[in-house]
Amino acid sequence: SSDRGHHVRRKGNPKILFMGLKKSGKSSVQKVVFQKLSPADTLFLEPTTKVEQTSLRTFTTIDTAEIPSHLTLDSSELDHQPLFSNAGAVIWVLDVQDEYLASIAALIETAVFLSEHYPRINFEIFIHKIDGLSEEYKYDTFREVRQRVQDELSDLGHGDRSVSYYQTSIFDHSIFEAMSKVVQKLLPQLPAMETLLNKLCSTCRIQKAYLFDVGSKIYVATDASPTFLRDYEVCSDYIDVIVDIKQIYGWHSREDNEEGGSVASGDSINESTVTLDPSGETYVYAREVDEHLTLLCVMGKGSTIRRRALIDYNVGILQDALLQVFKV
Amino acid sequence: MERVKRQKQRKVLLMGRSGAGKSSMRSIIFSNYVAKDVRRLGATVDVEHSNIKFMGNLMLNLWDCGGQDSFVESYLTNQRSHVFTSVAVLIFVFDISSKDGGSDMVSFASTIRALHEFSPQSKIFVLVHKMDLLPVDQKARIFQQRAIHVRATCEDEGFLGQQVDFWATSIWDQSLYRAWTQVIYFLVPNASAIESMLRKLAELLDARELILYERATCLVVTHITRGGEGQNPYTDRFERISSILKTHKHSMARHSGVMAAEVTFAEMQIKMGAFMFFITRLTENTNLAVVMPSDESSFNAARVNVQLARREFAQLDIVEKKGKDSQTT
Ligand SMILES: Nc1nc2c(ncn2[C@@H]2O[C@H](COP(=O)(O)OP(=O)(O)OP(=O)(O)O)[C@@H](O)[C@H]2O)c(=O)[nH]1
Ligand SMILES: Nc1nc2c(ncn2[C@@H]2O[C@H](COP(=O)(O)OP(=O)(O)O)[C@@H](O)[C@H]2O)c(=O)[nH]1
Ligand SMILES: [Mg+2]
Repeated sequence: SSDRGHHVRRKGNPKILFMGLKKSGKSSVQKVVFQKLSPADTLFLEPTTKVEQTSLRTFTTIDTAEIPSHLTLDSSELDHQPLFSNAGAVIWVLDVQDEYLASIAALIETAVFLSEHYPRINFEIFIHKIDGLSEEYKYDTFREVRQRVQDELSDLGHGDRSVSYYQTSIFDHSIFEAMSKVVQKLLPQLPAMETLLNKLCSTCRIQKAYLFDVGSKIYVATDASPTFLRDYEVCSDYIDVIVDIKQIYGWHSREDNEEGGSVASGDSINESTVTLDPSGETYVYAREVDEHLTLLCVMGKGSTIRRRALIDYNVGILQDALLQVFKV
Repeated sequence: MERVKRQKQRKVLLMGRSGAGKSSMRSIIFSNYVAKDVRRLGATVDVEHSNIKFMGNLMLNLWDCGGQDSFVESYLTNQRSHVFTSVAVLIFVFDISSKDGGSDMVSFASTIRALHEFSPQSKIFVLVHKMDLLPVDQKARIFQQRAIHVRATCEDEGFLGQQVDFWATSIWDQSLYRAWTQVIYFLVPNASAIESMLRKLAELLDARELILYERATCLVVTHITRGGEGQNPYTDRFERISSILKTHKHSMARHSGVMAAEVTFAEMQIKMGAFMFFITRLTENTNLAVVMPSDESSFNAARVNVQLARREFAQLDIVEKKGKDSQTT
């Protein structure tokens, strides 16, 4: 029974562990993405002193745990099995504004530990607080960190360990983009969703489609076309507009449905468009799939409003299919 | 009153001690800065003028008066009549976190003495600013205290109570929009004519609410609320909408790689089970946001009706311009 860790089963909810040196930004990342803390307010976060577990209600339940840096892997206080056995990903938060060599050493130790005991856990490195660096320096730092990690892992005989790297900051959209990618890898429904989105994009000449979790604003899936941060940003900001307007003028129906819990959004189609240029040729189209998920499409030239009937029809089909995907 | 209505240029003084936050608010409202950008601003040297066109026939003539003591000294002496003549509105900004409340009041008193001398009919908006720096439980009390004190000073200098308004503001929330919306509402020359036209339109559309806002600043010029919407619990929704739309404008600008000031008009339509919200152009400088019951046919009718209304509103501008011309000739 020594090595049951090998049989990690990804059953149930995605579970993500946050690790990294103290003050690297572990709590900040979670609070900003999942609890909507404003980035400036992270300045006042208290240090985390024990393992802190949270269950987040998004489109699916996401479990997170933060392991404070003083609980090293060899510490007797750290009980590995309950933490790691059902984890899907470990995110290592590396503060680039700090002396990061110490962080790399600890990170290597963790990567090796995971390789040996829990090889199915994805290892994700957030090269974090990137907002403090100049454009050029950002890239150099990114390269240097990646190179060092790869070299050291190879030297230790773990060169084949797959590791992903992200540049992140809580002060812009980069942290949401990175979290999106981390979460996506843990979703068994991902391939099905991607297939559906690809099909929609080709039938309706959609430039880019994202399926958003409205609460956290991470995207759960996107089509196969190239991803540009600016498309993600404009969609993500537009969700804010929709959510705010819905709150301001939806008070009526909320009061009517007081005891019914969530409003039955199933029977009405909630959709929204905003034009991106004066000619109205490019626009963003949003459509609620369910209480948590909203589809956002960036429509390029050629997919004019006149094609809306076609789009509405196909999005309707997609919506039904998505609901099926999540039923199981 | 007729004469005031037709005046086109309205002079607005923005005053207060150095560092109070005058240029910060001006940049956010009129120059598409976001709150965190204002740290880049330097102290204003002398007076910075800007002209902002509003609602076709209203031109704001904004004087951002640098607040360092030497400048203020000169406004009160050799530039006195130049600065304080034909002022429509004085916006005076107090930094509530200032350690030097006493001399802030002295400076205020000498400013409004000069104002009363040259523009006794003007309106004063006192902005008690940087409210974000006060602990939550003390905000109301400290604001009240300052208001009482300032009001007494104004009355001592000969202003009537109704000539002075007080607003608590911060660049970090919507309170800034609330205050500036009041200033604009006060200055718009034909507010009642606009309102009655909007009311007619609202009835035609069976709209729950209409909000008329200026495109560049997203400041709400006026709104019409009908029926049950009067009970909307979000009483701060107008300044919230200003700030939502302003943020949205920044987002669009980033996406298309242009300056926020250049983002022209975008149509927006949000359809929910219970209501529909759409935004469309009304006049050269204004947009109209419409909130109405949700169904496709009434939406299409609404768009046609707004289109028709555009002509009428455009005429309103022309009529006013004619009025002004005939008066000057
Ligand atoms: N906390 C806080 N700081 C503010 C606020 N508004 C402005 N500030 C800060 O106040 C400082 C001074 O702002 P300015 O707008 O340059 O002041 P000013 O009144 O134009 O000063 P002069 O041009 O010298 O008269 C800046 O560092 C702003 O960041 C606010 O609402 N809250
Ligand atoms: N500049 C910058 N600071 C950040 C970022 N993320 C977190 N911080 C700051 O880093 C400090 C430590 O963050 P915290 O989340 O408490 O670290 P933890 O000990 O790893 O949980 C806080 O003061 C945060 O405001 C970031 O992306 N950029
Ligand atoms: Mg200034």
